[in-house]
Amino acid sequence: MTNIILGVGIVLILIILVMIFRVQSLISIVRGAPRSRETTSNKVNAALWVVLLVLGSVAIIWSSWVAAEYFLPDASSEHGPKTDDLFWITMGITGAVFFATHILLFYFPYKYQFRENRKASFYPDNNRLEVIWTVVPAIVLTLLVLSGWKVWRDITSDAPEQAMEVELVGKQFNWLVRYPGVKQAELGKKKAELGNFNYRLIDASNEVGIDLTDENSFDDFMPREVHLVKGKPVLLKIRGRDVLHSVFLPQFRVKMDAVPGMPTKFWFTPTHTTKEMREQLGNPNFNFELACTEVCGRGHFSMRNLVIVETQEEFDAWAAKQQSWLATHRDYLSKVPANLQQKALQIIGPGEGDNAPASDSTAAPAPDAAAVAPATNPIKMVSNSSK
Amino acid sequence: MAAVDIPAKHDLAHGHDDHDHDHDHRQSFIRKYIFSEDHKIIAKQYLFTGLFWAVVGVSMSLIFRLQLGFPKMNMDFLKPILGGWIEEGKLNPEFYLALVTMHGTIMVFFVLTAGLSGTFSNFLIPLQVGARDMASGFMNMLSYWFFFLSSVLMFTSLFIETGPAAGGWVIYPPLSALPQAMLGSGLGMTLWLVSMALFIISQLLGGVNYVTTVINLRTPGMSFSRLPLTIWSFFFTAVIGLLSFPVLFSAALLLIFDRTFGTSFYLSDIYIAGEALPQNGGSPLLFQHLFWFLGHPEVYIVLLPALGITSEIIATNSRKPIFGYRAMIGSMMAITVLSFLVWAHHMFVSGLNPFLGSIFMFLTLIIAVPSAVKAFNYITTLWREILYSRRPCCSQ
Repeated sequence: MTNIILGVGIVLILIILVMIFRVQSLISIVRGAPRSRETTSNKVNAALWVVLLVLGSVAIIWSSWVAAEYFLPDASSEHGPKTDDLFWITMGITGAVFFATHILLFYFPYKYQFRENRKASFYPDNNRLEVIWTVVPAIVLTLLVLSGWKVWRDITSDAPEQAMEVELVGKQFNWLVRYPGVKQAELGKKKAELGNFNYRLIDASNEVGIDLTDENSFDDFMPREVHLVKGKPVLLKIRGRDVLHSVFLPQFRVKMDAVPGMPTKFWFTPTHTTKEMREQLGNPNFNFELACTEVCGRGHFSMRNLVIVETQEEFDAWAAKQQSWLATHRDYLSKVPANLQQKALQIIGPGEGDNAPASDSTAAPAPDAAAVAPATNPIKMVSNSSK
Repeated sequence: MAAVDIPAKHDLAHGHDDHDHDHDHRQSFIRKYIFSEDHKIIAKQYLFTGLFWAVVGVSMSLIFRLQLGFPKMNMDFLKPILGGWIEEGKLNPEFYLALVTMHGTIMVFFVLTAGLSGTFSNFLIPLQVGARDMASGFMNMLSYWFFFLSSVLMFTSLFIETGPAAGGWVIYPPLSALPQAMLGSGLGMTLWLVSMALFIISQLLGGVNYVTTVINLRTPGMSFSRLPLTIWSFFFTAVIGLLSFPVLFSAALLLIFDRTFGTSFYLSDIYIAGEALPQNGGSPLLFQHLFWFLGHPEVYIVLLPALGITSEIIATNSRKPIFGYRAMIGSMMAITVLSFLVWAHHMFVSGLNPFLGSIFMFLTLIIAVPSAVKAFNYITTLWREILYSRRPCCSQ
């Protein structure tokens, strides 16, 4: 309430000032004083240009100062520092030009304000000047483009051979994570591969549409959060299940849309483990974050997941403990073709009642509850940027 | 041409009119102020409609920014106007998105396109080129009333039960194509699309008029190299609008097909609300290309009139001609051409081919050059002038 009264008061005072000003100019007209064109009004306005420049600069610097903690979080991927450098170089160059041009734009109207005894200089054209300030910005921008282009090419190049694959599927309103299991490798396969998928196979349990006719899918596992290995390239295979989502890993400088019907990809290499980042930031609650950054509906704000970066040993220990999706959904064994049943059982290990594969899981897929109600994220996210 | 055109029309009108022939130019109130063909009245109609939308758009932004900036704040005091959209002292998340969407749509299209171009192009083009009125007063009138109709529909969508469109002002499908994806993608989205189709018709009618007037109705001696920079900027704005708005129209049309007739222009491999949809082979990226083919030139539809007006005000109040008149026109022409070649820079991480990305990166930085030239020319115009700082209109 006090603020409102204060605001109204300020507005009233301004109105009063304007009225006094108008009354004065009316009086001078009535008195028939010789009208000088070098009026107070013009002097005040000319001074206001400089006032605006100073106030504006102060406001820009102050707000940047206050908001500095919300600027780029510390980069922890290999390409991160490169894009950060580009960002700050571009900021520096354009910022310097911005301040230089604006200081001139605001200062000239003050300096060259109307004076009775002065005439404006007639200066309509100068081709040399025009050429200079067309060519110089063009060269600077070309240099910026070239440096940016190099980084862009590196980032969007093909992932290295040894990259580990992780599938991220965006759905309303959470991220589903799928890893190619480790069991195939134990059975002599060179590289762990993700099994095929088909959106028509999606139901309440098979949330990403795993295609069980592909033997690669038998050992795929779907943990709740994303685990990555420090120093090991990771290839994200990104899919959207219902509407557009966008994978956003701010600390890794990763952003890529999840598009229904068009799988996308992005690869990068984490450079810090979660533990190292916690020590570096002095924040024991720090966590890497996976967020959605494309408006996707009611629960968009809550669509986030946890990313844990660890050492290879920690990762291997964790991955060995994970049960494959098929092992936790044994009723889906019936969907495995007969000639692959044996192999599937070998991979997921024995369980009760395996010898007689259930004729069919009669339980009709329940309508997906998560699609109607926003997912309540069980993991409390505390990142360095959220308050 | 206009001078020939207008009396002819008056004669026609009087053929059917048995009223007092001495008062040739008296028009009924409705013809003069409502269904007016006078470019100055139409400009004012655009101005006031634009101002109305500006108030609506700004209030929306205040509301959602309060929620964003102060997430713990109790918003119950907004219950009298928002009613059920306030849930437990917070904005309903879908209504929050709806506010953001409507704010964007209103500001970009209704305020900054119709309100800016509609007002100033209509008001200034005939006056500054020395024409009696627009090339076609009737089309000009239609242009405003299509805009009005589109405004009414958009405003109506604020009051329906499921709320207005909420998929962001870019209305990316599949979110905007599937009513089951969110409340705002139902009737609200339909109204948005229809309203926008009417808006595009209005912009095209207006644009054809502006271009024709500038080319054909200049007074003798008003050559292209003497046109005020405001007129040049309105001219380029109209050209951009004429070439890009039809593309948005086609995007909206295909989206209507996807929503209503089960086509799959933008939809493919979708599982939503417990059901795998039959649509196959479409691409959400197609919509993004079509949308941004308007969306980026739209930035310059908003910017160019402002640049034109600025040029004229600076030059006039400086008591000297603008520095580099030809360079100013050249840079606006360059902006016009380049504005059609940079759209995909809104789509770098949409799954676009990275090679295309690098091309658009190059073109995007190049478009900064003509803009820089304009700023430098302003500075030189201001150098050693004698500035009378005052309101550009209505003083002395």
